[in-house]
Amino acid sequence: MRILLLACLLFIAAPVFAGAPIIAAASNLQFALEESAERFTQQTGHTLRLNFGSSGNFRRQIAQGAPFELFLSANESFVKALYQEGHVDNEGVLYARGRLAWAQPKGKYPPPDPHAPLNGVHEAIAALDEGLRQRIAIASPEHAPYGVAAQEVLQNAGLWETTEPLRIQGENVSQTLQFALSDDARGGLVAYSLVLASTLSERSEFVLIPETWHTPLYQRMVLTPQAGDVAQAFYAWLQQAEAQTIFQQYGFNTD
Amino acid sequence: MDWTALSVSLRLAGLTCLFLLPIGVWLGRTLATAHFRGKGLCEALVALPLVLPPTVLGFYLLQQFGRDAPLGSMWASFTGGGLNFTFSGILLASLIANLPFAIQPIQRAFENVPTNLREAAWCSGLSPWQTFLRIELPLVWPGILSAVALTFAHTLGEFGVILMVGGAIDGETRTLAIAIYDRVQAFDEQGAARMSALLLLVSLTTLGLVYGLAGRRRWVRG
Repeated sequence: MRILLLACLLFIAAPVFAGAPIIAAASNLQFALEESAERFTQQTGHTLRLNFGSSGNFRRQIAQGAPFELFLSANESFVKALYQEGHVDNEGVLYARGRLAWAQPKGKYPPPDPHAPLNGVHEAIAALDEGLRQRIAIASPEHAPYGVAAQEVLQNAGLWETTEPLRIQGENVSQTLQFALSDDARGGLVAYSLVLASTLSERSEFVLIPETWHTPLYQRMVLTPQAGDVAQAFYAWLQQAEAQTIFQQYGFNTD
Repeated sequence: MDWTALSVSLRLAGLTCLFLLPIGVWLGRTLATAHFRGKGLCEALVALPLVLPPTVLGFYLLQQFGRDAPLGSMWASFTGGGLNFTFSGILLASLIANLPFAIQPIQRAFENVPTNLREAAWCSGLSPWQTFLRIELPLVWPGILSAVALTFAHTLGEFGVILMVGGAIDGETRTLAIAIYDRVQAFDEQGAARMSALLLLVSLTTLGLVYGLAGRRRWVRG
C-alpha cells in the first residue's frame, strides 16, 4: 500500500513540460508562425509551444489568467482592450496587416474572377433560387476578426441578408477554410495567409478581396506580464527583417 | 503522433480513476444500501454529467475556477495558483464529469448483493469491515472493474469540458482528443487520423477487456 501511494505521488508530481513558453496565436498565423518558430528554434535552440485559435477566445483566456507569454492577435483591438484592462503592460506592436480572400474548392465551379471577387457568392444565391443550397463559410463575427471583416464585406455589398440561409460559421478562420473547401460549400471568405500555404493551395482556388471593402486587419502582438527571456527574444525576433519576410511570403503586408 | 498529448491524456485518465475509485466505492455502496431523504436528488446529481452538455458543465466550472470565484480563490490560497488552464483544473473537471461513470456500475453491483448475505456474515462473527472486504468486495468486483474502465475510456475521449476549462495548452491541458481537433484545424489530416485510430484502439481494448472479464465471470457463475 505504501509503495502504491508513493507511485501515485510520483505520478502526480511528474513534471508537466516545464520551460518552453506558450504562445497564443490567431489561427490565420498557423503556417507563417510555425515556419517562424522553426527558424527561431534553429537559430537560438529555444523551443516554443504554439497555440492556435480565435483571437477573441485568447483575449478572454488571458483576462482569466491563462499562462500565455506572448499573444499574437489577428485584431489589434483585442490587444488594446487587454492593455486598457490592465492585463498587459503595454500596447504591444503591429506585426502585420492581414488580407481577406475568397476561396473555393478547386476545379468544381467557374474560376474566381479578380475583377469580381464576390461572383461565387452571387452564384450561390442564384443557385438557391433553383433549390440548390451551396454554403458560404465565414468565421464567427462574434470573436474572430476575419469573421468581422467577412461580415463587413458582405454587408457593404448588400449581400448579408440574402446569404443568411447559406452561411456557415467556423469557430476560427482555419476551421472556416475547412468548411469553405468541403463538398457542400461554394466557398468562403477566409484569411489569405492560409490559402497561400502549400498544403492548401493545391486544394483551393482563390482571389483577394480589395482591402478597402472592410476595416483594415491590423494584427498586433503583445507580451504578457508572465513573459520570460525566450518569449521576449521571440517577440524581438518577429520584428526583424527575416520574420517579416516570412510573413510577406504568406501574404501579409508588413509595411 | 502527439506523444505529449497522449501522456497528458493517460495521466489525466489514470489520476481520474485513482481519485474516483474510493469515492465510487463509498458513494456507490451508500446509494445502494442506505435509505435516506433526498436520495433521489443525490442520484440525480451523480447522473447529471451524463446528460448535461459538456459546454454547460465547462462554462460553470470555468466560472467557479476563476480567481474571484469562491472555489478558485480557495484553491489559490492553498496552492498559490489558479485552476483554469492548469492540469489540476482539468483533473478536477474530469472528476466531476466522470462521476456517473465511476459510481453507477458500482452502485448496480452493490444492489445485487442480497441483504441477508451481509446479515449472515455478521451473525457468523465477521465485523462490518471484514464483511465488506471478504464477502461484498469479491462479489462487486466486476462492477468496480467496469467503473474503472468506463472512467478511463471516457476521460480519454472527453473534449468539451477539457477544452473550455483547459484552453488546450501543450504539455499541460492539451489532451489527445483536443490534439486531434487541433491537427484537423492545422489541415494535418494524416496526423489526426493516426491519433484517432490510436484512441479508437485504446477505447475498444479497454472496454473489450472489461466486458470480456465480466462476461466470463457471469458465465462461470451461471
